[in-house]
Amino acid sequence: MSEGTIDLATFEELKANAGADFVRELVDTFLAEAPAMLDDLRHALAMNDADRFRRAAHSLKSNSHTFGALALGAMARELELGGLRPVQDADGAPLEALTLEYARVARSLTELKRA
Amino acid sequence: MHKGGHGGARLLVVDDNKVNRLLLARNLELQGHHVATAENGRVALEMLRGEAFDLLLLDIEMPEMNGFQVLEKLVNDLQLRDLPVIVTSSLEGLDNVVRCIELGAEDYLTKPVNPVLLKARIGAGLEKKRLRDQQKELVRRFATPEVAQDLQESGFSLGGKRVRGSVMFSDIRDFTPLVESQPPEATIDLLNTYYTLMFNAISGHGGIVSLIIGDGLMAIFGAPLPLTDHCDSAVRAALEMIELIQLFNVDQAAAGKPQIRIGIGIASGEMVAGYTGTNERATYTCIGDTVNLASRLEVHTKIADRSILIDGATRAGLRGDVELDALGPVTFRGKSQPIDVFSVKLGQ
Repeated sequence: MSEGTIDLATFEELKANAGADFVRELVDTFLAEAPAMLDDLRHALAMNDADRFRRAAHSLKSNSHTFGALALGAMARELELGGLRPVQDADGAPLEALTLEYARVARSLTELKRA
Repeated sequence: MHKGGHGGARLLVVDDNKVNRLLLARNLELQGHHVATAENGRVALEMLRGEAFDLLLLDIEMPEMNGFQVLEKLVNDLQLRDLPVIVTSSLEGLDNVVRCIELGAEDYLTKPVNPVLLKARIGAGLEKKRLRDQQKELVRRFATPEVAQDLQESGFSLGGKRVRGSVMFSDIRDFTPLVESQPPEATIDLLNTYYTLMFNAISGHGGIVSLIIGDGLMAIFGAPLPLTDHCDSAVRAALEMIELIQLFNVDQAAAGKPQIRIGIGIASGEMVAGYTGTNERATYTCIGDTVNLASRLEVHTKIADRSILIDGATRAGLRGDVELDALGPVTFRGKSQPIDVFSVKLGQ
C-alpha cells in the first residue's frame, strides 16, 4: 500500500497541476533515474566524495518531495545536510534504510500510476 | 523575442535532474510559454549566447557549472546581464537565497515549485524584462551607441571627467534664406537627409554627435570612448561630410531643389566630458576652451571662405598625409592669444 510512503494529497495535486498522463511519464522517469542516484550515493560513500554524495542526496530529496515521498525525502535530506560522516560512522546504515524506503516508494508509485 | 502580455515567452529551464526539468517545463508550457532545457550551467550559457530568451529558470546544485557560477557569468556579460533569472532550488539555507539575490537573481523559488506562485513570479520577471527592453530602446534612439554603452556600463551620474579629444562644429551656410524660400516640410526633409549623411560620416570615423541645434551640430571624437587618432578621425570625417554634401547637391540640382553648403570647425585638446543637466533630464556633452574654439573656427569659415578650418593642436595630431593651407594667426573673441588656423584642402 502507498499509505505512509506517498502523501496522496501531494500526489493528487501534482496530477491536477501537470495532468495524469504526464505524471505517469514523470513517475517512469523517476523510477529510471533514481537507481543511478542511489548508485551515486554508494559510490560517493566508497570514494569518500562529499560533493557527489551531497548532490545525489539533494537530487533524491527534491524528487521525493515532488511525488510526496515524504519519508524518503526526509532521509535524503538527512544525508544531504549531514554529509558522509554520520553515514560512515553508522557503517552505511542510513544508506541501507534509504534504499529500503526507496523500494517501498517505487512500489507505491507504480501502483498509483496504474490507478 | 517576447512582446507585450505574458503568454508565449521564450524560457530556458536549467536543471541537472531530469524529473525537475520535465516537470518545470511542463508547468511552463501549460502556462503558454515556449520552453527549452539545459542540464547544466555550461550548456545553458552556450544556449543563451546562441539564441534570445526572455527569462531563465535556474537550478543551483548542478555538476560542471552550478547556478552560482552561471549568475556570476551573467552579471559580467553585457549582452546577458539584463536577462531576468528566477532561481528554482531545493537548496536550504537563507544564505543561499541571499547569495542568489546578490548575484542578480530576480527571485528564489523553493522546489517543488507551486505552479500558481511560479506563474506570478514569471509574470513579474517578464514585465521587468519588457520595461528594461523598452528603456534600452529609448536610450538607443535618443543617445548614440557609445553613450548608450557608457550608460549601460557605468550608469548615469552627472559630472564630467577630463579627456583628450577633438570637437567639431558644423552648420549650413545661409540657412535662413533657404528656409524662407521653401515650404517648412521641404526644410524638414532636407534637414533629415542632411543629418543622416552627417551622422554616417561622423560615426563612421568613431565620433559621436552630441548636439543638434537647428541646422548646426556638435560632434565629439575621443569621448565617451577614447580614440587614439581623434584629430585625424575628425578631419577625415569632415572631408567625408563635404564630399557627401557635394553628392547630395548633385541630386538636389537634378530635382530642381536648392543646394546647400556647410562650414566645419575642428579644435583639439583637453576638455571635460560627461552628463550635464539635471537628474531628470541630462545630455552627454563636452565643455571647455577646446569646444569654444571649435565653435569659433566654424563661424570663421564664413569669413575665411573655406569649408573646413582646424586649429594647431588638431594639425599636430594629423598623420601627415592631409594637405593644409596655413591661414596664419587669428584672434578670436574671448581668446587672449591669437590662434594658428589651418584650412583643410578639399578632395583629398
